[in-house]
Amino acid sequence: MRELRYREALREAIAEEMERDDRVFLMGEEVGYYQGAYKVTEGLLERFGTRRVVDTPITEEGFAGIGVGAAMMGLRPIIEFMTWNFSAVAFDQIINHAAKIRQMSGGQFSCPIVFRGPNGAAKQTAAQHSQCWEAFYTHIPGLKVVAPATVADAKGLLKSAIRDANPVLVLEDERLYGLKGEVPDGDHLVPIGLSAQRRDGDAVTIVTWGKMLHVVLPACELLAKEGIECAVFDLRSLRPLDLGPALASIERTGRALVVQESWPYGGVGAEVVDRIQREAFSALKGPVLRVTGRDAAMPYNKHLEELTIPTVDTVVRGVRAVLAS
Amino acid sequence: MSLTLASADDPMFGLFRVLTDDGGVSRDSGVDDATLRRMYRELRRLRTLDEKMLIVQRQGRIGFYGEVKGQEATPVATGFALRADDWVFPGLREGAVMLVRGFPLATYVAQCWGNGLDVQKGRQMPSHFSGRAVNQVSWGSCIGPQIPQAVGTAWAMRRQGKDSVAVAFFGDGATSQPDFHNALNLAGVWKAPVVFVCQNNHWAISIPSSAQTAAPTFASKAIAYGMPGVRVDGNDVLAVYCAVRDAAERARRGEGPTLIECVTYRIGAHSSSDDPTRYRDAAEVEAWVKKDPLERFKRFLVARGLHDEAQEVALQADIDAEIRAAIAEAEAAPAVQRATLLEDVYADLPWHLREQAEALARAPVAPAHDAGGH
Repeated sequence: MRELRYREALREAIAEEMERDDRVFLMGEEVGYYQGAYKVTEGLLERFGTRRVVDTPITEEGFAGIGVGAAMMGLRPIIEFMTWNFSAVAFDQIINHAAKIRQMSGGQFSCPIVFRGPNGAAKQTAAQHSQCWEAFYTHIPGLKVVAPATVADAKGLLKSAIRDANPVLVLEDERLYGLKGEVPDGDHLVPIGLSAQRRDGDAVTIVTWGKMLHVVLPACELLAKEGIECAVFDLRSLRPLDLGPALASIERTGRALVVQESWPYGGVGAEVVDRIQREAFSALKGPVLRVTGRDAAMPYNKHLEELTIPTVDTVVRGVRAVLAS
Repeated sequence: MSLTLASADDPMFGLFRVLTDDGGVSRDSGVDDATLRRMYRELRRLRTLDEKMLIVQRQGRIGFYGEVKGQEATPVATGFALRADDWVFPGLREGAVMLVRGFPLATYVAQCWGNGLDVQKGRQMPSHFSGRAVNQVSWGSCIGPQIPQAVGTAWAMRRQGKDSVAVAFFGDGATSQPDFHNALNLAGVWKAPVVFVCQNNHWAISIPSSAQTAAPTFASKAIAYGMPGVRVDGNDVLAVYCAVRDAAERARRGEGPTLIECVTYRIGAHSSSDDPTRYRDAAEVEAWVKKDPLERFKRFLVARGLHDEAQEVALQADIDAEIRAAIAEAEAAPAVQRATLLEDVYADLPWHLREQAEALARAPVAPAHDAGGH
């Protein structure tokens, strides 16, 4: 075990996979000479050269399309978006082409490609830099979507994504890039499609992912002081979704809360609630509730931004509401 | 002092032609007689196929069709100009490049029925032809996304040490999309081995090319991307052949991309869902009918002693028989199996699709589900 930062774990994953497989290359804005907008790719240009680490003009749709074409030719592109918000101008290449080429060609062509970058709110960067993209992308058959919340998962999930034969979207988080955590030594792979239990408890089962794990766990510590012990499940993979362990926990607790940073309308949280009510209905002692971001564009103003994203306090209140219902 | 932007001598502003109006040639295309005859057969076959498929669509036997009529020269010439290891990214009217490159006609036609003979397993609409065996990727319905994909494929092939090239086709309308700019800009900066072929057929559904751009020609847009542009008579199969061949050779030598504008005209409708008489002048269409690429090439072959009316009759009969047989074979092909519905969503079947596949297998079967029709 070694302690790394989240961004270093991502960098190790990219470097190890580039070392292992010459087909893998990294492409995006500022990934090379500038060392990455968030320094995830620091040192990679020096190590692998311009053949493998490719700085692009400002053209998200362009280099997403280049990646799709290169993947069809048998290469393994890693396409970095400076933030997932900028993937909006590359949406067509991701949802109409990367996701559908295997299906619409009858399996003649495949598109093994990784799209990655920070997702969700950073700090005072306003609405066009702060959106959560999981609701958009998990909706699409043909895409896989992962959201690593821990340093070990950042490395392990990204390595699995690079080796996957399908398009995989890796939703990182700007506020997690500096997070420290332990990473197992060696070729650390985390399979896509497996959730992880982060805490045990018999009062309420909490399902969350990404940055919200780091809001949920402190909230659970506060509640534990009152004797309320919550079980916490980190989805890690949002499509395909692994709810089996959380459902087994709900069989014991009879109560469930979903915590998501994104807007309340539809999305991954609503999918989780649907599955819980279908598969654990008889175990439920009350309705499954959600703690979500507020249903508005993210404000720049610091205080308004804090009001918009779930906090330790709103999670504590969410748990109490589930217990009271 | 006035600035002269361009002269007719400039390849971006002139009109490159090989076939003259009187059935001669202005220069040697380097194409041997046997290939000239094959080119004519491919042109005639594509024209005939179009006519038959449009009837089939009107009879309700297939759901959609995009006519090529008047624009056959560019896909046919390109098919002859490329090597087997090159890649093709067609738009709506260039799918037939793969026929010229040897794809079986019945299997090609089956894509319009989307049945068990269709290599795309009934998932893609007609006139979105694709074949892995001949390195052709299907058009993606949105206008333009195939252009950066072709650049990516070209870039990847060079990285793999190959000297193959990719050809991206699109219409005059697609040059207004960001994809066009993104792709040509990247290809220019990276000197990617790609040939951009713009079929300027003068109409993007109802929008004339004059309302699409204020640039003097589409070929002249190449200036902004640091690549050569050439404006070619798109109804002259030998001119298109020479332009694509030379651009491909240039790309193979590592000298980068070329933008070719093929000036042509869409004689038919945009698609089987369109009625062009609502927005086009009949006299304009009539003027272009007189410039028919097939008739021009035929005059040349006759003048050269490679063709005559007796051979025309025999050729047409041969093509009619071939197409009749191909359509019969395609239409009679078995239905696409229901169980294939959830295949190819991912490389492997994830648990949620296994669940859905089991539910599908248990679902009652309506007789229509296993019928062969589209």
